[in-house]
Amino acid sequence: MFDPVLIKVLFGTLLLASSSAVVGAFSFLKGESLVGDAIAHALLPGVVLAFILGDGRHPGYLIIGALIAGLVAHYGIAFIEQRTKLKSDSAVSLVLSTFFGFGILLMSYVQRTGQGQQAGLERFLLGKAAAITMMDLYVFTGLALLLLLGVALFYKGFQLMTFNEDFAAAIGLPTGLIRFAFTVLTVLAVTVGIQTVGVVLMAALLITPSAAARSWTSSLPRMLLLAALFASAAALGGTFISATLPKMPTGPWIVLVLGFFGFSSLILAPEKGWLARRKRATSNRNKTQRENLLKLLYGAEERAGEPVAMTADAMIDAREAHYDGLTMTLRNLKKEFLVIERPDGFALTELGRSEGRRVVRLHRLWELYLTERLGMAADHIHPQAETMEHVITPEIEALIVKELGNPEVDPHQSPIPYE
Amino acid sequence: MEKSIEVHNLTVSYHSKPVLWDVDFELPKGKIIGVVGPNGSGKTTMLKTVMGLMKPDSGYTEIFGQPLDKVRERVSYVPQRESVDWDFPADVMDVVLMGRYRKNNLFKRITKEDRRIATEALEKVNLLEFADRQISQLSGGQQQRVFIARSLAQQADIYLMDEPFVGVDAATEDAILNLLRAMKNEGKTVVIVHHDLQTANEYFDWIVLLNTRLVAAGPKEQVFTKELLQEAYGGRLTLLSKLGDLISDTEFPLREPDFKEDQPQD
Repeated sequence: MFDPVLIKVLFGTLLLASSSAVVGAFSFLKGESLVGDAIAHALLPGVVLAFILGDGRHPGYLIIGALIAGLVAHYGIAFIEQRTKLKSDSAVSLVLSTFFGFGILLMSYVQRTGQGQQAGLERFLLGKAAAITMMDLYVFTGLALLLLLGVALFYKGFQLMTFNEDFAAAIGLPTGLIRFAFTVLTVLAVTVGIQTVGVVLMAALLITPSAAARSWTSSLPRMLLLAALFASAAALGGTFISATLPKMPTGPWIVLVLGFFGFSSLILAPEKGWLARRKRATSNRNKTQRENLLKLLYGAEERAGEPVAMTADAMIDAREAHYDGLTMTLRNLKKEFLVIERPDGFALTELGRSEGRRVVRLHRLWELYLTERLGMAADHIHPQAETMEHVITPEIEALIVKELGNPEVDPHQSPIPYE
Repeated sequence: MEKSIEVHNLTVSYHSKPVLWDVDFELPKGKIIGVVGPNGSGKTTMLKTVMGLMKPDSGYTEIFGQPLDKVRERVSYVPQRESVDWDFPADVMDVVLMGRYRKNNLFKRITKEDRRIATEALEKVNLLEFADRQISQLSGGQQQRVFIARSLAQQADIYLMDEPFVGVDAATEDAILNLLRAMKNEGKTVVIVHHDLQTANEYFDWIVLLNTRLVAAGPKEQVFTKELLQEAYGGRLTLLSKLGDLISDTEFPLREPDFKEDQPQD
């Protein structure tokens, strides 16, 4: 369990994943998720050149090579965007593919000429967390601290540049410096990252933690923290899984665990999540169904001039109700004392009558509003009012009543039933 | 007349197509000034150039008789509301505090004094109870008021606002107008880009009428005449816009490289 290699890998991936997540958060918020991917690909030639020219095993050379390639790529993209008519995404792809192609070319050259440790180069493509050395660990720790410190130092600048770049420039902030700092931090994060998860999966490490964290919070500091936590958990989880299962790579597992966090956040998150929205949709449908039933009974009473009862079948025939969930809706209405079940069907209670009256009132008020204020023809307004009667709140109702001056009848000359 | 903004022989292009041709005017201090013109007449470009966000092909602008960089802390800018993503994770107070950011406090923490000033600004736009509200949950009018509060927090002497009345409710419109008058009474200058002719006459003291070129600039009584409005809104000058297309298509430079502009003495 306390295998020193495992602990080394755990510690390394943890540092790397959490610090990349914090830097990547700003790219995510700016809608530039692809830029990290582009930089990751563009680093390859820099890394390989450093490998050829310097000592391939020393992380310092690799970082310098990567930094130079990353900066050239970043400013290359900016230059193309400014000076040509290419759109941003095309400029990014152009630089990405050219640099990556060049990198692959260099790599095959190194392999063909059989220059020393060529096996070490493969790790940049797909990552090789298990190969983390003590030296790497020191460098990772230093870089991770540098990244976190950089983000803390430039927090105000990054925040404002991401939200409103024009305003940052207008108040005289050094936007060039801030952008440069951000690029350097991104390149550093990517440099470390590609040694663990590789070029291809690096974008996931930058973007996915933020995508997951954004679902849960709307505060930037909390989002950064949460992104770092998600990334750390994924690093731990991924490392353990790959250590437990035989012959399993670490990088892809980290990315898979991250992806799991990302997708579950999209599903589970409060308010914005898929589940919450589904629940809202169901609750809206239920509300519509129950209010329609109460309205139906109220209308029947209005026509008969006395309390009436309706069977479930009669309700379906009246087309106000549909089969799905009718029994359940009726059961709920009964439980809330809005209807009572009699031998000849369901009838309104006093409470239910008042609720039915409210729905009918909203329906007729809205029809009147549509004809009076929006000038719509009387035969066109019914479908609209069918929906709005379930949406209008007491406040809006009061506004309509006030604006129309306590009207007596709707456009079809039916009375508007006040309490 | 004491001058707030001076614009000298300004020509600016967007994607190498000129949107402002040789515009030249001066604005007074302590007035509410409207920059008015039809869509695409270069109003926003004018404002962005004055704020140093776009580089002119020729000409220059000054504020309070000096280049922008020397008076930046006295100048406040309110961009168009739609120019930012309101889904950004921040609350109302976070955004208003951005008005306190400066070049020399970029790396420092937000102070108590910053918070006090931001709170005061929020109170002025009647949004104090929304200080903790997520900006994504605000209505259009509230978003606009947040932007104005951020600009008030800058405590500037001149305010440049880009279309602050677009898409706001009647309550916000009244609130903004009252605020503008109060600012004017304190001797501040407000320059507002505005596209709606109906309200321009009522809102502003002084009007700059633009349509790619300067049609007129002056007190509203002098500028708001039928002839001048007709000139500004009576369609673009076909010849000018044809020439603009030509310049854009051929990527022809607007000034010869060795052309010398009359620059002000520093």
